[in-house]
Amino acid sequence: MSKNILHFIVTIILAYILSLVLPWWSVMIAATVTALFIPLKKAAVFFIPFFAILLFWFVYSYILSSSNDFILAKRIAILLPLGGNPYILMLVTSIIGGLAASVSAIFGKQLNSIITEKK
Amino acid sequence: MKYFKLILSFILTIAIFYALNTKFGTIPPIGKFLNPYSGVWQNENDESIAGEISIPNLKDKVTVHYDAQLIPHVFAQNELDLYRAQGYITAKHRLWQMEFQTYAAAGRLSELIGEKALNYDRQERRRGMVYGAEQSLKKMSEDENTMALIQAYSEGVNSYINQLNPNNYPVEYKLLDYKPEPWTPKKSALLLMYMTKMLAGGDEDIENTNALRLFGKERFDLLFPDFFDITEPIIPKETDWSFIDVPQTPNPNTLPVLDSIAETIDKPDPNYGSNNWAVSGKKSNSGHAILANDPHLGLNLPSIWFVMQLSTPNHNAFGATLPGALAVISGFNEHISWGETNATRDVIDWYKIEFNDDRTQYKFDNQWKDISVRVEEIKIKGKETYKDSVLYTHHGPVVYDKNFKSDNELSGYAMQWTGHIPSNGQKTFTEMNKAKNYDDYVNALKSWVAPAQNFVFASTEGDIAIWVQGLFPNKWEGQGKFVMDGSKPENDWQSFIPQQFNAHTKNPERGFVSSANQTPVDENYPFFVFNDGYETYRNRVINDFFNSKDKFNVKDFKDLHNNNYNLKAAELMPYMLEKMNTSNFTKEEKEIYDIAKKWKYNNDMTEIGPSIWSAWWPILSHMVWDEFDVKDTAIEPPFTYQTIYLLKNNGDDDFMDIIETPEKETAKDLFNLSFSKAVTKLNNWKTKNGDLAWVNYKGTFAGHLLQALPAFSRFDIPIGGGKNIVNATSENWGPSWRMIVEMTSPPTALGIYPGGQSGNPGSKYYDNFIDDWAAGNYHSLNFLENDTTTEAVIGTQTLTPSK
Repeated sequence: MSKNILHFIVTIILAYILSLVLPWWSVMIAATVTALFIPLKKAAVFFIPFFAILLFWFVYSYILSSSNDFILAKRIAILLPLGGNPYILMLVTSIIGGLAASVSAIFGKQLNSIITEKK
Repeated sequence: MKYFKLILSFILTIAIFYALNTKFGTIPPIGKFLNPYSGVWQNENDESIAGEISIPNLKDKVTVHYDAQLIPHVFAQNELDLYRAQGYITAKHRLWQMEFQTYAAAGRLSELIGEKALNYDRQERRRGMVYGAEQSLKKMSEDENTMALIQAYSEGVNSYINQLNPNNYPVEYKLLDYKPEPWTPKKSALLLMYMTKMLAGGDEDIENTNALRLFGKERFDLLFPDFFDITEPIIPKETDWSFIDVPQTPNPNTLPVLDSIAETIDKPDPNYGSNNWAVSGKKSNSGHAILANDPHLGLNLPSIWFVMQLSTPNHNAFGATLPGALAVISGFNEHISWGETNATRDVIDWYKIEFNDDRTQYKFDNQWKDISVRVEEIKIKGKETYKDSVLYTHHGPVVYDKNFKSDNELSGYAMQWTGHIPSNGQKTFTEMNKAKNYDDYVNALKSWVAPAQNFVFASTEGDIAIWVQGLFPNKWEGQGKFVMDGSKPENDWQSFIPQQFNAHTKNPERGFVSSANQTPVDENYPFFVFNDGYETYRNRVINDFFNSKDKFNVKDFKDLHNNNYNLKAAELMPYMLEKMNTSNFTKEEKEIYDIAKKWKYNNDMTEIGPSIWSAWWPILSHMVWDEFDVKDTAIEPPFTYQTIYLLKNNGDDDFMDIIETPEKETAKDLFNLSFSKAVTKLNNWKTKNGDLAWVNYKGTFAGHLLQALPAFSRFDIPIGGGKNIVNATSENWGPSWRMIVEMTSPPTALGIYPGGQSGNPGSKYYDNFIDDWAAGNYHSLNFLENDTTTEAVIGTQTLTPSK
């Protein structure tokens, strides 16, 4: 398994586990920790955690919303305003999660660089 | 370099955390708000209506059956458990609303939305909203039984709040980024004040004073008569008042204070009103009395009403409740049914107060009396707390002084309001829910002080009745129409009308009782009553209907609820169309004129006539009363009925003249001038919005309590009706609860309201009644006789005592 795929999967699993005990910013910790222990290179540092959380949050919000016929998602998509489209709301939600994760992952990667340098 | 990158990425991480976790202006903290674990996605569900829930301090098991309308049918073993369960169940479905309304009542909105609400909050504090709630709470505490029930209700609400975690806070908390606080009996008292302000918080004393000063007494009396030329009072005209042995307070003939006052505090919407009526068994096809009620309030989501069945082994009540207050407010039990309309009597008076040099005392009866100061602390989100010192006299709070809407250093205006009188209004409803007959109903009413209501009544025994109940000052002739000198003891309220002399009628000859916010009595009633905004149209349509034939059934009641006859337009528009000069009409004017001619004065959805009237009348009225456009002066033009009367009978009066123009206009000129303007207005509207059909032109909507947030509101509701029409549905107010009860044993009832049982915009029960309500349909109310599950039950929740 490539490091990228491993990183991707670990980010999601860790994000899920931490979400059971911590608020929404647990994705940031999950991404930092994953990047600390499974360092990636170049653009992957940013994009792997970004897409991992994007996928996770998109699927999670889809599951919650689809079981209720997207009633609230449609309303929130008017509030924000996103033209009342629940899928755009899911995309916005997941991009926000992805961004928070990827920026945290960069921090994790920097932390990793410093620690490995000292060894 | 590495450290630099580390620090930079760390700062970036903190920055994105901060950006996503913080509320900016009206934008919610977007990460907190949208994440799927605790954000809005967690609100994508219906409330659970099954299972067992343990509740602290419950004495016995409570069964809650839900039917397909999500109406909870609560079966408790005793009253304490019943109201504890009511608190819990109401909070479960309406927590945000019930709390938000008490924030609004208490002048605490600045805590939630910041400085922009400060003026509103100061106004509510200075009006004495919190003071009034505290007075009532004191009174309720004197009654051990009531207090215990209110306490149980509070704890029930808190049991629900304590079970919540932030993930399942109602969505509005997430949007505004705050959390629920514990419920208290004071909040229930505040909710009752909220209703008191909504229904008895208006008066025109200051506006009348300005009108009197500007136009003189003779003109004032022509414009604002105590009674109109026609009266169709709530209590039939032929009522014999000889049993009243207390006289009206003699007139001390003091002069009003003719000050010029620039601006007054907000008044409740004068359009709020209601209908209720009942026919006796003799006047009913089935032989059973029938009763109906439809309170006209703001059309809001979540709706102001929450429908429940509340039952113990000793009583079984069903109907509309107010989230935050105990018991059923408009409903029925096995023996009786009842409902309310607003009895808009003048229960607010204003006194001019003269202070000493350091504003610690005020003049009264040629002496100086001490002022008491109440410091109102208004918390503001993101700002320092604002402190407002409100001075209190024996009349009440000095609302206007140098710190608020007035600039006079050493004087102010104090408000005397029945809303500040300590009262146990809650008891009226806990007792009414248990009432078995007319006597019980009258007993329950006795403790009702404000807002004064017309309580309609019908029983399975066949009695019908209506009481105009509230605490009313026994005023001298003319007292309280204008601002009074607060230093003269004879201007004080001298006494109150003894409760048994409040206007009422039981089983009147005509076989029906009704009220629609009209004058309670005619001039024969021995106490001073004057017109301060009584309705004059719905009452006549309703009474004509009940005088039109011998017997009535439930279908007739439905028809009357949905009656769209526009009596107001019918009393003026044909006259205008007849008198107008049609020879110089443009093509557009001719077109609209022809449509108007054909209109049968029903405000049905597809008609254009109501749109024409609705555009035309305000323009005409404004032309007549251009004399009332006075800069920096609080003043209100005369009421519609009198305006129409003068247009038809005094068409060449000086008031008809438009001051701005050199010509001298008469009513006939105004008809043409206003019609032209109305046609332009209508055609502009048509170009912009399309079809002029009434349903489009009116555009009824039910707005969310937070400034009608479009996402949580319903627009373009397909319904006819309008202002001063029995089906009073206007743009954003109307029949907020329609109920019809036939007094069979047990009673058979229908009910519906423009909303839904759930307060969660993510629930299918949030607004699911609206379409049926608009179509004039009703739901059968499933009056369960006991806690046995029937086929109407779709889910059952059991509340059990915590071990």
